Amino acid sequence: MHIVDRRLNPGGKSLVNRQRFLRRARAYVQKAVRDSLKDRSIRELDKESEISIGRDAIYEPTFHRAGKGGNRERVLPGNHDYLEGDRIKRPEGGEGNGADAGTGEGNDDFQFVLSREEFLDLFLDDLELPDLAKRRLIGGEVDGIRRTGYSTAGSPSNLSVPRTMQKAMARRMALRRPSGAEVQRIEEEMATIEALDPLRPEDADRLKRLREDHAHLVRRRNLIAYIDPVDLRYRRFEAVPRPVAQAVMFCLMDVSGSMSEHMKDLAKRFFALLHLFLSRCYEHVEVVFIHHTDRAAEVDEQTFFYSTVTGGTLVSSALDKLIEVAADRYRPDNWNIYVAQASDGDNMMQDNARVISLMQDHILPMTQYVAYLEVGRDKFPDAATTQPMTTLWQAYAPVAEAHRHFVMRKVAHRQEIYPVFRELFQRRGLGEGAPN
Amino acid sequence: MDLRAETPLFTGSDWDFALVNRIYEAIEPIAVDEMKLNVYPNQLEIISSEQMLDAYSSVGMPLFYKHWSFGKQFVTNEMLYRKGLRGLAYELVINSNPCISYIMQENSATMQALVIAHAAFGHNHFFKNNYLFRQWTDADGILDYLEFAKRYITLCEERHGQLAVERVLDAAHALMNQGVHRYPRVRPRDLRREAEREAERQAYRESIYDDLWRTVPIGAKAATIARDERLAVLGLPQENILYFLEKSGPQLAAWQREILRIVRLIAQYFYPQRQTKAMNEGAATYVHYRIMTMLHERGQITNGAFLEFLQSHTGVVYQPTYDSGHFGSFNPYALGFGIMTDVERICMDPTQEDREWFGDIAGSGDPLEVLKDIWANYRDESFISQFLSPRLIRQWRLFKILDQENDSEIRVDAIHDERGYRRIRRTLAHEYDIGQQEPDIQVVDVDLAGDRLLMLEHVVLNGVLLDEGDTTMVLQNLANLWGYEVALSEVDAENRNELRSHQAQPQPEWMR
Repeated sequence: MHIVDRRLNPGGKSLVNRQRFLRRARAYVQKAVRDSLKDRSIRELDKESEISIGRDAIYEPTFHRAGKGGNRERVLPGNHDYLEGDRIKRPEGGEGNGADAGTGEGNDDFQFVLSREEFLDLFLDDLELPDLAKRRLIGGEVDGIRRTGYSTAGSPSNLSVPRTMQKAMARRMALRRPSGAEVQRIEEEMATIEALDPLRPEDADRLKRLREDHAHLVRRRNLIAYIDPVDLRYRRFEAVPRPVAQAVMFCLMDVSGSMSEHMKDLAKRFFALLHLFLSRCYEHVEVVFIHHTDRAAEVDEQTFFYSTVTGGTLVSSALDKLIEVAADRYRPDNWNIYVAQASDGDNMMQDNARVISLMQDHILPMTQYVAYLEVGRDKFPDAATTQPMTTLWQAYAPVAEAHRHFVMRKVAHRQEIYPVFRELFQRRGLGEGAPN
Repeated sequence: MDLRAETPLFTGSDWDFALVNRIYEAIEPIAVDEMKLNVYPNQLEIISSEQMLDAYSSVGMPLFYKHWSFGKQFVTNEMLYRKGLRGLAYELVINSNPCISYIMQENSATMQALVIAHAAFGHNHFFKNNYLFRQWTDADGILDYLEFAKRYITLCEERHGQLAVERVLDAAHALMNQGVHRYPRVRPRDLRREAEREAERQAYRESIYDDLWRTVPIGAKAATIARDERLAVLGLPQENILYFLEKSGPQLAAWQREILRIVRLIAQYFYPQRQTKAMNEGAATYVHYRIMTMLHERGQITNGAFLEFLQSHTGVVYQPTYDSGHFGSFNPYALGFGIMTDVERICMDPTQEDREWFGDIAGSGDPLEVLKDIWANYRDESFISQFLSPRLIRQWRLFKILDQENDSEIRVDAIHDERGYRRIRRTLAHEYDIGQQEPDIQVVDVDLAGDRLLMLEHVVLNGVLLDEGDTTMVLQNLANLWGYEVALSEVDAENRNELRSHQAQPQPEWMR
């Protein structure tokens, strides 16, 4: 009998099968993932989740008898009081005791848990964001140096002594270079014999053999170098472009009195999506939350999403704050800076000029991307087209004309967030090469 | 001799390798020397619960080709397990030589003993001795064959693309139950040779291939072959649809045929398991019960451990009644174990009734011999129809119902009384007869010279037709494999009237 411990074998043998299953059901799963967004809170957006999909995509049919019809016999356990010839009402639905309860699992949805990774993959894959991320990085990459093994040529300063010695030793062993100890042993023996007086004939013979051996060994040692040029190994380096792996996202939200709960919810969802995307594309993403009324403040996440402050509106205050924080902690030459601004578009007329100048002269030059999201009221589904243009929208419109990395969109419904988000990021990716 | 002379093998619930070894060494002499079980060499493999989930999902096999349906199974199992709706099996055993039993690290020491007795000796003995397994499966070759299958299918995926392979596998899986020869021409399986033969076939095909011959005109002389001759040449009627497609499908490439063959041989390998569920589990349960009892009697396991064992054991053999709310069907463990312990009673302590019903074994005094003979020579259907005793029918209060289409009510046809015993027994045995449970579908004819329409027939028993939705889907798969139209006609077994018919056209993009 053998006992084999398999516990340390790599688990996840089913991983490939699981992936294939997901790919097969992709369209269904994707729809389910998107639908699930509507019911999720912002914090749970990227949690692993349970989703359910219809059975159709993954159904495996077989030939089998129908669950109903025909004449059937069956044996059951646990009779209490039936006698032969008794008649029993057929249970509701016609498919009761007589039917084969073992066949078919019905048409229930197929439920399963998606891991966080799988969820994000499906979720962001649909957005086609990873490609965009690469493009976005082109401007901001720095050269890095990376070790890439060894080479047989190089500058002396890159000589790898351990590796060279290792090679040399292997060569010496393979070619059987006599060791110093071996030569020394023969020399010592020769010395002891030479010291003898008088020399007996067998000693002389021995001495002669030793001299021959000695000469042979010395010749071999001379022939086979201790270190040969072929042993030399140099450390090899390669220059690799290394993307700047840090990004910061500024979330600017209007929390003034005109913003309804519904509007805030839309804005938050947008921020959550953006954060999700950035944290997938960068190793480190920092998020700066700024909310503003007629005064702006940098706040923590909790306050940002759940605070109840309210007041008037002065958009420039938030932009000032942004510039201040960026200058303080996020120098543009080191950071990818993203800005997402959400507002209902209400601003004081006299503030607009300042907003435009801040945006154009200070913010846009230092950022990768600025997205302005205008949230509308739920009551007007066609808000984007029928509602009159807001003051902020009017102010921003020429900015967007002039700058490709400033985009603006309107949303009025939760369902629009996702498509708009997608459009915002895709548009930039596609429009990269085209004249604007 | 003092039966409780020995010190217990273990006291707590923790185990380590040395202990598993000691447990095995305590059980082996009981199983082999005393019970005279004839087993393959054993190999115990300790795995984690996650690995158990993995193993579950590829029909319990340690290596298997890749397919999304295994992923689907994994996802379902994991989900049920996470939610606590279903526990994991304590063990998993593979009919191979050496016989591999997986045991989980999460098991307690008592459970490890139970599992070793159950799988490494109970199932192992059954696999090695039951005639169906001897006839149909090749314990020496299965692991090598699965390795071959896995490699071959991976190779196909590299050459022809994952999608093309997946299509063939999907279609083959749909027809898997129609991929077995039900009546053995007794010929031992040699799966190791199978893999070699594929290589030979491939080499031969390559050696004789000459592109010139493709352009030689064949002429129209094949147009008028007599039907009898045609059927004889094609080996029709044929119940093994996968086999027929592999041999005669006009559109299939060599690698597609080989995949059909792989699926078919694997289906055939599992065919005995489907016919011996109650017996196999019953035998293993009987063996573990006996071994654990003996260990306890001899003081090798403590009272506490024995109680723990009994709790699992009774859970395993629990049979809910039809009106209990969670009755699905008979529990194979309960049914097999129930009849086997009843056989033991009949051998040791028969009543007058038992003597009348089971003259040849009643009072024989050696239940183990009788049981070993049963394990070797029966399958579920014949086992039930021979050994379900009136006493057990009364004990379980079995009754038989009759549900007729043109009757508004269900009739109680027989109960546990003198008049009912035989009828109940016959009907229950029928339910375990795979030939009765699975629809009888055969390829009956094909118009090779004409439009190559493939004709199938389902012989309808008791008016129970095929499930419409599934049939349409499977037929679509079949048409895709065949490459031309396929028609299935459902005919009444008695008067040969056609009750319903289905057709399917191949999907043009399928072969691409």
